[in-house]
Amino acid sequence: MTTVPVTTTNAPPAPRRQLRLTPVALIWPAMLYLIVTTQVPFFMTVYYSFFRYNLVDPSSRPFVGLENYRNLLSDPQNLRILINTVVLAGGTLLITLVIGAVLATLLNRDFFGRALLRTLLISSFLVMPVVTAVVWKNMLLSPTSGLLAWLAQSVGGTPVDWLGQYPMLSVILMIAWEWTPFAALILLTGLQSLPEDQMEAARLDGASPMQEFRHIVLPHWTQAIQVVVLMETIALLQVYGEIYGSTSGGPGIATTNLPYFIYQKAFAEYNIGLASAAGVLTVIFTNVLAVYLLRLIGRTATRNREG
Amino acid sequence: MKRTLLALTALTATLTATHAFAATTITIATVNNPDMVTMQGLTSEFNKKYPDINVKWVVLPENELRQKITLDVASGAGTFDIATVGVYEVPIWAKNGWLEPLTPLFQKNPGIADTYKLNDVLPSVRNALTVGGQLYAVPFYAESSMTFYNKDLFKKAGLTMPQNPTWQQLQGFAAKIHNPTGGVYGICLRGLPGWGENMAFITTMVNTFGGRWFNQNWQAQLNTPAWKSALTFYVNTLKKYGPPGATSNGFTENLTLMSQGKCGMWVDATVAAGFLSDPGSSKIVKSVGFANAPVGPGTPRGSNWFWSWNLAIPKSTKNEDAAFKFLTWATSPEYIDLVAKTKGTWAAVPPGTRTSTYNNPSYKKAAGAFSNIVLSSINRADVTKPTKDPVPYTGIQYVSIPQFQALGTQVGQYMAGALSGQLTIDQALKQGQDAANRTAKEGGYQK
Amino acid sequence: MTTTSTSPAVRARRGFHTRRWLLTLLTYLITAVFLFPLAWMILAAFKTEAQAFATPPVVLFTPTLDNFHRAWGAYLPALTNSLVAALGSTLLAFVLGLPAAFALAVYPTRRAQGVLTWMLSTKFMPAVGVIVPLFLLFRNLHLLDTLPGLILMYTTMNLPLVVWMMHSYLTEIPAAIYEAAKVDGASVGQEFFRIALPLSMPGISATALLALIFAWNEVFFALNLTSSAAAPLSVFIGQFKTSQGLFWAQLSAAATLTVLPVLVFGWIAQRQLIRGLSFGAVK
Repeated sequence: MTTVPVTTTNAPPAPRRQLRLTPVALIWPAMLYLIVTTQVPFFMTVYYSFFRYNLVDPSSRPFVGLENYRNLLSDPQNLRILINTVVLAGGTLLITLVIGAVLATLLNRDFFGRALLRTLLISSFLVMPVVTAVVWKNMLLSPTSGLLAWLAQSVGGTPVDWLGQYPMLSVILMIAWEWTPFAALILLTGLQSLPEDQMEAARLDGASPMQEFRHIVLPHWTQAIQVVVLMETIALLQVYGEIYGSTSGGPGIATTNLPYFIYQKAFAEYNIGLASAAGVLTVIFTNVLAVYLLRLIGRTATRNREG
Repeated sequence: MKRTLLALTALTATLTATHAFAATTITIATVNNPDMVTMQGLTSEFNKKYPDINVKWVVLPENELRQKITLDVASGAGTFDIATVGVYEVPIWAKNGWLEPLTPLFQKNPGIADTYKLNDVLPSVRNALTVGGQLYAVPFYAESSMTFYNKDLFKKAGLTMPQNPTWQQLQGFAAKIHNPTGGVYGICLRGLPGWGENMAFITTMVNTFGGRWFNQNWQAQLNTPAWKSALTFYVNTLKKYGPPGATSNGFTENLTLMSQGKCGMWVDATVAAGFLSDPGSSKIVKSVGFANAPVGPGTPRGSNWFWSWNLAIPKSTKNEDAAFKFLTWATSPEYIDLVAKTKGTWAAVPPGTRTSTYNNPSYKKAAGAFSNIVLSSINRADVTKPTKDPVPYTGIQYVSIPQFQALGTQVGQYMAGALSGQLTIDQALKQGQDAANRTAKEGGYQK
Repeated sequence: MTTTSTSPAVRARRGFHTRRWLLTLLTYLITAVFLFPLAWMILAAFKTEAQAFATPPVVLFTPTLDNFHRAWGAYLPALTNSLVAALGSTLLAFVLGLPAAFALAVYPTRRAQGVLTWMLSTKFMPAVGVIVPLFLLFRNLHLLDTLPGLILMYTTMNLPLVVWMMHSYLTEIPAAIYEAAKVDGASVGQEFFRIALPLSMPGISATALLALIFAWNEVFFALNLTSSAAAPLSVFIGQFKTSQGLFWAQLSAAATLTVLPVLVFGWIAQRQLIRGLSFGAVK
């Protein structure tokens, strides 16, 4: 902090010798830092993606041009991985938004213990993904020793093999558990800024709850929803710990998404060339998505500020 | 802030430097299996003998540890002075020049060689760790596979387990014991995909059904009748008489089921015998029974696997001598005595490595129920002849090529797919066959 | 938070009260469902391994501290490393990011949006895709298993977040305030320290909280770039998972120790956190 030579106490007119800070000079340290720490490894990744590079086979590392990319793009199975990635992120996002909205609405009422509930609710957002996976896999979902199986049996049903029969749904639920409180709390802040008089007016006009929601709450929520969408998308496209700890991407490739696929190639197979190529493709894919999302949010943010 | 960062780096550097003057510090990477945790706990005993060597530990689960050590050793980063390496990796890493050969070190330190008694180490284990006449690692503990069963459930069903069962017999027993509404499953077997999980088990089963991964010309053999009959048997048995959700069950999950009294039988690693006999974690201490690994219709060869966790010195170390001192201490007869003394029972010593352990009357008494099976299984396991027909590789439940981790894990996914019903057995084998051939071609094995 | 607005008498009917009561019950129920897995885990930390996996589940038992005893030895060094890495990286991210966010917000150029977008887009790179080059770089720079190395990576992870969120806070400060300062002859630096910094304090605390949490929970870099000296809690927890033997009670204890500081912290700072979470956009 002390590196910026500026006096803050009742400053006299700035003497001319003083180093003048220009806005651009303020941006560059952050820019340079990110360029060095993200682009250097990224370009090394691009470089490796043109080689047949197996970590445990140092004897031959030939340049193979686009072979890694061809292998990735020609294997029809890999389309499934792309779809899994989108389904996982989209499904989780949808669930967290819906349950989050319900929870936010419920928490926006005045009742005993409201502050406490709201405080406790954030808990699952703070848990490490690997811990989440272990707890869910072994203590809740396991068809032999999990709690759900015991519940099913004690009401006379048969235990469901969640991770085997509904692997994607199970993983989505697990991750939604982590992220729903996040969505609920942001949507709640959105609700709390709702002008009370508008609601009152609508009610006096005899608006149904549905109409109330569509015409007053929803427009007010757009910004909060966009925040949820952006933050969750960044996080959900990177999901890896939860899969690693629960299904290991299976059965088959039912729950393998892009990050987990790269992980397998890099660390189970030590195929650094292919993993690098997949990493490069992932960066392109997610960036297209990112630019689109950011533009969407940037536009609404500007509109809101003007409006 | 940059200055702070620099200062921090400088500080760390100074700290490490002053440390180095006082003593040699070695960093040991190991798996957090119970036997290794015991080793970590005995560090102070090591320091009594070698007070000038500081020991730092990195203890992680198997997969995390493997990826960490591989990355470190392959890039010559030199973080670790001793690495815990599986028997699968030893020959591959030795060929890559990543490991320090130990034979010259034994010659250089006759005093250590004398008390260490290398000839006491079981020959089959020593062979598995020797490449081109040089020993590259020493075994910390070794294991094979065997059959565990629940005597109470057997008695209730009026059954007796023979000492050398066949797979057909096990299936028959499972059918009689299986009672899912009562929370009891006939047989528990690995289904969790992974080269070291379901494929270790399935490969061993295929061996004894007469199948192999590759023929002498490195042509994949997954399309042979032996694979098909083994896989059909496996899927049918587990689907009909196994627990639900078998595709999520690896060693740990099955151990849990077995120790809770939920499985009639379980075929898995011999180390489980110790856990199942431990009242702290097992409910079936009194009723657990042991038998040899089941034999299939093909050949008795390769019906039980062989695995050992070994200590090795990466080439990138700068503290070779200190590392050698620790490595020989932790695998010595003296260490085994020490574990028995501090743990208060001979059943807790690392198994499967030394003849002297199995000749020790105290050990025989403490581990009597299963020690003979473990010893004979390990002695029987020949990594060079895993099945009926000759193979161009070594390894019973794995193929000793660098690409096998990838291949095994991929095929493991197909097998799990067949078990969960997402793939038919034919589809799974067809995809496995293609993957195996592709691996052999890309790896330059198939000419 | 909001004062109870007395409802019009029309609504004070019996049916309304029942509905109200039911909705409250529903809120409690849903919250309970969300808290349950965590509570179950903490409970398991006090069980023996056999109890942790018994069916029917064991609810009444004599609690044991054995699991905590085993975890305790390695806990404190890891806790220190986690604290240093999380605080250090958050501080560095602010030193670098706050001036940038200020410049982008107060002196927006045509390229400002592009810069912001690019910064945020670096967060889309999957860590696993670049770990091998990173490892090699760290090896050559002698950063492996050092706290500066870990701080370096966590700063990369949090810097875009800091810039993006602080930018959105700082744009909320009315331009007129800066104009007034300029008339008084304030330099860019003075504007930053005398106006932007004090006025965005709530935003700073919120953003810092979020950055701290993300650094605390990071696993992948920690696992691959540290081994013992600099290993934070996320690596510590790995020691309690084994592929051999039962470990759930043990892991639950370690997880409880790992989660507890951030939980308590999160509960206390919950209001700031929500503002941080809402990106400063929703007020």
